[in-house]
Amino acid sequence: MATASVATSGVNVSAVSEQYNYDVIRKFTIMTLVWGAIGMFVGVYIASELAYPFLNFDIPYITFGRLRPVHTGAVIFGFGGSALFATSYYVVQRTCQARLFSDGMASFTFWGWQAIIVCAALGNVLGYSQGREYAEMEWPIDLMIEVVWVTYLIIFVGTLMKRKQPHIYVANWFYLAFILATALLHTFNNLAVPISLFSMKSYSLFSGAQDAMTQWWYGHNAVGFFLTAAFLGMMYYFVPKQAGRPVYSYRLSVLHFWAIIFLYMWAGAHHLHWTAIPDWTSTLAATFSIMLLLPSWGGMINGILTLSGAWDKLRTDPVMRFLIVALSFYGMSTFEGPMMSLKDVNALSHYTDWTIGHVHSGALGWVAMISFGSLYHLAPRLWNTPMYSQKLINVHFWLATIGILLYIVAMWISGIMQGLMWRAFDDFGNLQYSFVESVAAAHPFYVMRALGGAFFLSGMLLMCYNMYKTIRKGSTEQQVEVSPVAA
Amino acid sequence: MEWLMWFTKFENTKPVSLVIFFVLFCGVMVYLYGSRSRGEKLENFKNIPLQDD
Repeated sequence: MATASVATSGVNVSAVSEQYNYDVIRKFTIMTLVWGAIGMFVGVYIASELAYPFLNFDIPYITFGRLRPVHTGAVIFGFGGSALFATSYYVVQRTCQARLFSDGMASFTFWGWQAIIVCAALGNVLGYSQGREYAEMEWPIDLMIEVVWVTYLIIFVGTLMKRKQPHIYVANWFYLAFILATALLHTFNNLAVPISLFSMKSYSLFSGAQDAMTQWWYGHNAVGFFLTAAFLGMMYYFVPKQAGRPVYSYRLSVLHFWAIIFLYMWAGAHHLHWTAIPDWTSTLAATFSIMLLLPSWGGMINGILTLSGAWDKLRTDPVMRFLIVALSFYGMSTFEGPMMSLKDVNALSHYTDWTIGHVHSGALGWVAMISFGSLYHLAPRLWNTPMYSQKLINVHFWLATIGILLYIVAMWISGIMQGLMWRAFDDFGNLQYSFVESVAAAHPFYVMRALGGAFFLSGMLLMCYNMYKTIRKGSTEQQVEVSPVAA
Repeated sequence: MEWLMWFTKFENTKPVSLVIFFVLFCGVMVYLYGSRSRGEKLENFKNIPLQDD
């Protein structure tokens, strides 16, 4: 076990508390765990519904169609969003040596964001949805998001402006790009005219192929900026901190930043290959998707090589293992994505479970794993105590890794099989299989996927327990010596 | 204002945007790797997270 003393050793914690606003970070950290557990539980439940449809129980509120956006909303915006609020507020304060721009506004973003997630989930369960993937929330909730997000932007920029450190560290560039891009995407994708002031329903400003392109410009950049750029910001701070050594190349990180934010914006139309959109749009999107491979892998290599000369930490430090495995999944997903954006590959993969597998290798392998690693690094510093159990972190790591592998292998097999079955013809030129035959063939893999999800959820619950015990024995007041390993 | 119509044609704007973005990219590359002293200065910034205690 690593015994090196961590960063907060010997620091007067009360002085740190005055210098920085940790209160809002603690709240977001706790809600990251809560939404993670809820969102992943709902995910496992709907995966089980697909394998065993009786679990719908003929209750409309818990059917797959309604619970699916509850799952995506809770894990992306609840878990991922809260993790990003927590870490961005931490990183911007630490690297700028400045307290958050406004404590009141920071507290508003916390309560506002939690209210949004609850309202969105309740709305979905009750059947309210504007039918846009990852943007199912109806217009009143969209307006709430707008207000909270602009407040977040003001806090972040305000903190950067009052910094004592002359240079803005690259992690903050990624966070700022994520905040700006999300504001842009959310605003334009949700331009709509409400039916009336007291109706939840509205009509989109766009229609037909234009509407689809706007939605997937939003959808893909939600992946690119919310689930990638922002978590890269997390990576560029927490990997060096946990490794105790600076990032491999700062210049590569700058190149990574500019290339990523420029290229991602053009790739969304690859979600609409072989549809009514112009063919050149499709080709352009595929071209930019292929180009994305270079900066993505540049960033991955930059992160992994940070550990150069200290590879033994992978053996001794489970938190480091979370971070590095996250980067490996980032590399794998950013290879798979461009490959799937090729029109010929997409002709096979689109509308199949392969897409679901790809999304989850990114969401579980990259987003969740880098968040887990960062939170395990963060919690001892927020509550001034070592983690309750290193052993449980290690068990969590293996449960999560096995869970992801079960999940994505199941979806790869099921997806490629579906693609092949749907395009198979017999000697007379008729379709060889009916659709229901492909559904029946996928059943064992749906069971395997639900099992993988259950593994991942168990790891999440273990983390909640470990964090609960840590917080219980920790303190936000006293000065203590901190080591990452429990005595 | 007739000249503005030139920008409405994709066969014009696509190569123009290609040139602009390629030049920008080269500019970033030259800024990052064109000068040894600037390179060293930039690389020093990577220690910021380790100095924040």
